[in-house]
Amino acid sequence: MPDAMGFFTDTTVCIGCKACEVACKEWNQLPAENGGIRELSGDSYDNTRRLDGIHWRHVRFIEQFKGPYDGRWLMMSDVCKHCVQAGCLEVCPTGAIIRTEFDTVVIQSDVCNGCRACIAACPFGVIDVNPVSGTAQKCTLCYDRLKVGLEPACSKACPTDSIQFGSIAELRARAQKRVDQLKAQGVDAHLYGADPTGPLGGLNSFYLLVDKDEVYGLPHKPQLPSRNLARSSSFSVASAAVLGILALVGLRKRRMDDMGGAGGRVGGGGPN
Amino acid sequence: MSDTFFSGAPHWTWFIILYFFVGGIAGGACFLAAILDWFGRTEDRPVVRTGYYVAAWGAILCGLLLTVDLGQPLRFWHMLVQSHNFPTIMFKAWSPISFGAWVVLSFGAFSVLSALGVMAEEGRIASPALRAMHRGALGKLVAGISALLGFSLAGYTGILLSVTNRPIWADSPWLGALFLASGASTGAATLILLAPGRGATERSLAWLSSFDTQALVVELLILVAFIVSLGSVNRVWLSSWGWGLVLLVGVVGLGILAPLRLHARRQPVANAARLVLLGGFLLRLATMFASEGIERYRVAAGM
Repeated sequence: MPDAMGFFTDTTVCIGCKACEVACKEWNQLPAENGGIRELSGDSYDNTRRLDGIHWRHVRFIEQFKGPYDGRWLMMSDVCKHCVQAGCLEVCPTGAIIRTEFDTVVIQSDVCNGCRACIAACPFGVIDVNPVSGTAQKCTLCYDRLKVGLEPACSKACPTDSIQFGSIAELRARAQKRVDQLKAQGVDAHLYGADPTGPLGGLNSFYLLVDKDEVYGLPHKPQLPSRNLARSSSFSVASAAVLGILALVGLRKRRMDDMGGAGGRVGGGGPN
Repeated sequence: MSDTFFSGAPHWTWFIILYFFVGGIAGGACFLAAILDWFGRTEDRPVVRTGYYVAAWGAILCGLLLTVDLGQPLRFWHMLVQSHNFPTIMFKAWSPISFGAWVVLSFGAFSVLSALGVMAEEGRIASPALRAMHRGALGKLVAGISALLGFSLAGYTGILLSVTNRPIWADSPWLGALFLASGASTGAATLILLAPGRGATERSLAWLSSFDTQALVVELLILVAFIVSLGSVNRVWLSSWGWGLVLLVGVVGLGILAPLRLHARRQPVANAARLVLLGGFLLRLATMFASEGIERYRVAAGM
């Protein structure tokens, strides 16, 4: 069994070149949006804007400017987190979403029927429908490349090693070293998703961030969709029981009224 | 800010809204038909027959709506059988959508059986054996299973929404109970409108009207619990002019309070039933679009 593999993304060295986005699109033969006619976002140099069924990598530009000379750019190459406890895998009704031998999460496009339950289940908004296939799609962590010993296309293309690929144990050690180094320089850095005892059992694609999680578009405490299952089901059963009792009490009352009104004679036909 | 605001919308729109609405009606009508089948009187048979017909046609329509909504409709069977391991069954009890696929199929099968029995009872199918079976213990058992599956169908649709990471839907555990109560009230409303065409008596309609009143009160209480349980997220919904208005005016005002008033005044029950159906549809419409309309937080925030 191979080691669990994944990505460590050090956002402090991302330069926003989007080489990872291009490499991902090229390797996975993802179609262009809007027939290749790019619509500009109008309020950012980032025109991809988000992850979806045809953008499995997205370099997020976070433009924090208080004035013309007072600001900073934060950049983060975002991707599927390949959660150790994956919400998408949990709800998928066709078995299309599987965990691979590399501990990554992959959607089998030939099994998926496009019900879109995984889209609503993902706490990170990673998955969407690919309009060409009609199925839900996302990063596969280049499963086809991993099978033949190759590195994923995005990390291979990253010119600054902001995206690092490797075994999770090794990446976590490297990430902690980098956090310590930045803290020694006075930078308030922290890791997101590196803790195996944290939310979702840790993420196999984790990040080094220098601002709040939400600033990067990441939920502070992502959760599994099944957290609501037991309570929601029991409330529904209770509501069904109440309605059933009300219906039966209503029938009994009608029968009692019949008996009272007719001096003991049952009206309106015999018992069913 | 709830962590649910970072998820993506699943594009569950018109087909799914209609499916939830029709599923609620079919489930509610089947439940009421089975209750009257088991515990009612001969005079209630027109309502029983109408209920089973509504359930059977509703289940068939539900299956079609679900299939048409898929990105790959011809792969609908992947939800029931493992496509890579045929013919092994595909079932995940902890996944409401997997559970729901089996509920729709089973409810369809049992409600169609009940409807066939009703056709034999009416003489539309010349089968004395089927007629005897339908009016016997086996028929009652089929009716009971149909009723349980019908309520499962009406309620699971709300549980399905709660077991996601979407804003509003996943921020409360009350949606399953709410959709179930709404299914019961819309099911009763449908029977009030359709059963007179099959010869339903005034006494049967009065019982339906009385049950509808109680179901509406239960629905209103659950709706209040749902809105309160959303906490600060409810402001996102209620403060919006569009879906907030639909919920307060359309669902609460027209769909619950107005029919309650009509029922209380013993006004013509058909008018109350029409309003209940309108409210049931708007409830699903507002619930679905209020969350579907919330695009990922980072996009809305211009990040």
